[in-house]
Amino acid sequence: MNRTGWLLRLELPSNPEILCVVRSAVMRLAEEMGFAAEQCRGLTRAVDEALANIIRHAYDGRPGQPIELLCRHLQDRTDKKQRAGLEILIVDHGAAADRTKLCGRSLDDVRPGGLGVHFIKDAVDVMQYTSRARTNQLRLVKYLPATKLETEIVKGE
Amino acid sequence: MQISTRRLEKTAILDISGDIDLAHSPEVRRLVLFEFRQNRTPRVILNLHAVNYIDSSGVASLVEGLKAARDVGSRLILYGLSPIAHEVLQLSKLLKIFEIYDTEDMALEA
Repeated sequence: MNRTGWLLRLELPSNPEILCVVRSAVMRLAEEMGFAAEQCRGLTRAVDEALANIIRHAYDGRPGQPIELLCRHLQDRTDKKQRAGLEILIVDHGAAADRTKLCGRSLDDVRPGGLGVHFIKDAVDVMQYTSRARTNQLRLVKYLPATKLETEIVKGE
Repeated sequence: MQISTRRLEKTAILDISGDIDLAHSPEVRRLVLFEFRQNRTPRVILNLHAVNYIDSSGVASLVEGLKAARDVGSRLILYGLSPIAHEVLQLSKLLKIFEIYDTEDMALEA
């Protein structure tokens, strides 16, 4: 897996009022990377929900606590195909998430709460959560549609 | 986000504009629950035409409002959903749970 280039790096306070700013930035970034409109909205929603979870649960609603958001261009090359995408890392130093709640809940149960993880999973191809030494990291990956390598296209002509 | 309330006989129409997200959903929740629990308003209509974004906390506020309405025998109606708001309710499998209309006239006639 080859990672190239930092596209966006934000240091945020755990304040709900900052979320609209982040949404705007992620939306524009996803658009610039060539994601379809629905995917841009999904990625924006995923990041927003992840940050909201950190504010509400990891920091228990305390404002001014540190959150870092990193966005990288991602490029995989496997078996004549290359996949490009967006890798998003969200790091906080609050309480670790309850892993049982990272699975999401059944949507057949109509009740408030518990939808955020469902929104995240719906929007991304990869969701990984790690917690070590008071540092929690959520890694999200969304791939662009796979494209054939240029050499393969030349061979086919 | 801004919310203003209009009253038509036994109906309260809440005109909401902006984002219903973690920063603002508590206000939506408070006003909707107030209409049902304190005012006992028979019908509350949320005008979401100018709502750009709804997150999971916003959806949760709407679900709480719906439950409060049912508890007192009232109705919660939504209209003017933006594509984003529609998408969020669809993702949550809540489109069939709420009464949803395209326009205010349709919501009032329902």
